[in-house]
Amino acid sequence: MKKKYSIASIVKNSFSNNENWGKMWRNPNPKKHYDVIIVGGGGHGLGTAYYLAKHHGVKNIAVIEKGWLGSGNTGRNTTIIRSNYLWDESAYLYDHAVKLWENLSEDLNYNMMFSQRGVLNLAHNEHDIKEIKRRVSANRLNGLDTMWLDKNEVKDLVPIMNTDNLRYPVLGAAYQPRGGVARHDAVAWGYAMRADELGVDIIQNCEVKGIKTDNYKVEGVETTKGFIKSSKIGVVASGHTSVLAATAGIRLPLQSRPLQALVSEPIKPVINTVVMSNAVHAYVSQSDKGELVIGAGTDGYNSFTQRGGYDVIEETVRAIVELYPIFGKMKMLRQWGGIVDICPDASPIISKCDVEGLYFNCGWGTGGFKATPGSANVFAHTIAKDEPHKINAPFALSRFSDGRLIDEHGAAAVAH
Amino acid sequence: MILIKCPYCGERDQSEFANGGEAHVIRPKNPESLSDKDWGEYVFYRNNPKGIFYERWVHSHGCKKWFNAIRNTSTDQILKVYKVSEKRPDLSEFKNTLKSPSGEPPVGSGNFSVKK
Repeated sequence: MKKKYSIASIVKNSFSNNENWGKMWRNPNPKKHYDVIIVGGGGHGLGTAYYLAKHHGVKNIAVIEKGWLGSGNTGRNTTIIRSNYLWDESAYLYDHAVKLWENLSEDLNYNMMFSQRGVLNLAHNEHDIKEIKRRVSANRLNGLDTMWLDKNEVKDLVPIMNTDNLRYPVLGAAYQPRGGVARHDAVAWGYAMRADELGVDIIQNCEVKGIKTDNYKVEGVETTKGFIKSSKIGVVASGHTSVLAATAGIRLPLQSRPLQALVSEPIKPVINTVVMSNAVHAYVSQSDKGELVIGAGTDGYNSFTQRGGYDVIEETVRAIVELYPIFGKMKMLRQWGGIVDICPDASPIISKCDVEGLYFNCGWGTGGFKATPGSANVFAHTIAKDEPHKINAPFALSRFSDGRLIDEHGAAAVAH
Repeated sequence: MILIKCPYCGERDQSEFANGGEAHVIRPKNPESLSDKDWGEYVFYRNNPKGIFYERWVHSHGCKKWFNAIRNTSTDQILKVYKVSEKRPDLSEFKNTLKSPSGEPPVGSGNFSVKK
């Protein structure tokens, strides 16, 4: 039965102390065989299953997740959404996602708490100004709503910002009003719930130990709940993608690193937009609960520890305090790390590979959350049709041999 | 916060060092006869194991010398540090004890040097 959320259902459930909401998705045992298996139960993976079932009529799908849904980077990011990327390929991909975000709550009948509060990218020196203005122009040619703001306009938007009295003064910023934040768990839960309704089996706490192939063709996955057969496997395992790929004999140009974030104690509304700065490497937004959500950078070395080093957060917090002196005495409540898979050109890989029936959606590095619906949408197309959607065709694995890299180090910039 | 034992200066905090990625990557001797795929492999592809990893470090805020290290990337435990001039050590003694490719090590996810 379709579970609809509405004012009526909230009123009805309030009479029974909210104890009768029911389960949002089943908890099935894995079948012996699926038409498509998605490895990784984060937003990208669950979204892929949802679009496969909804748009491509695939009936027999499983999503296999080693922990609980959204326990990886979907639940660990700083929820920033924007599409102000430099190159055409990226602008199309990320804006495809932003357009889907805009209607996602309605599409899934699940509140994404998507808030288009705008995203600022600060410029602190002459080079920043030139680079950011170039990107603003490129964005505008691609129909994106990015604009250049001078220092006073930045100050109007964010009055608490210290623009002058600091080592790297704020000279201006790129501003994308359609950017913003969304509730990260809601993305996983919303997609999971609607995918489940369409018959997708979501198998949690089941780790994929290896991908079995025979003569460059996938046969299935070996899991902690036994072997599951499938002729199509989509791997969306972020930091662990290269580890899984290795079990199928595939090498990917990825490096896994910890990326940290931290949140403060909740306070009254003080900053109503998202502010990022590449040069001093800090970005901050305020959640609806009132916590400041602060993102740090990646550690300088490969690691799978999901922790990260203290020197990295120290550097970020130093920049935050200098930019916003008002935060100087705030206490941080939590700090955590996630393992991100970084590509040499800071763009993702959404691609087939040499093994028939094996698909990868990886390399999102430090900023995959913003692209969740778009990535899932084109990845579902790639799996169903066995050929890429025109949006993700440039993001093929072959770009690392034919040289058509999509270098987004400038736009990906601060890790988030 | 890992402690790294620089072979020239001794044990220092990791923040004094910069990581140089995978060690023992050899530049192909015949670049002109390589295919695009093979050249792409050399330029862009590096190992990314969850487990034992041979890597390069430079003591950038110290002696500025490069050296190699072997680290377990699932615990951040550094198993061996050796000079660039030394041969790649045989690591049969450091078995990767992970149960599955993405499984966690017995000490749990986290920094080995802090936990032990």
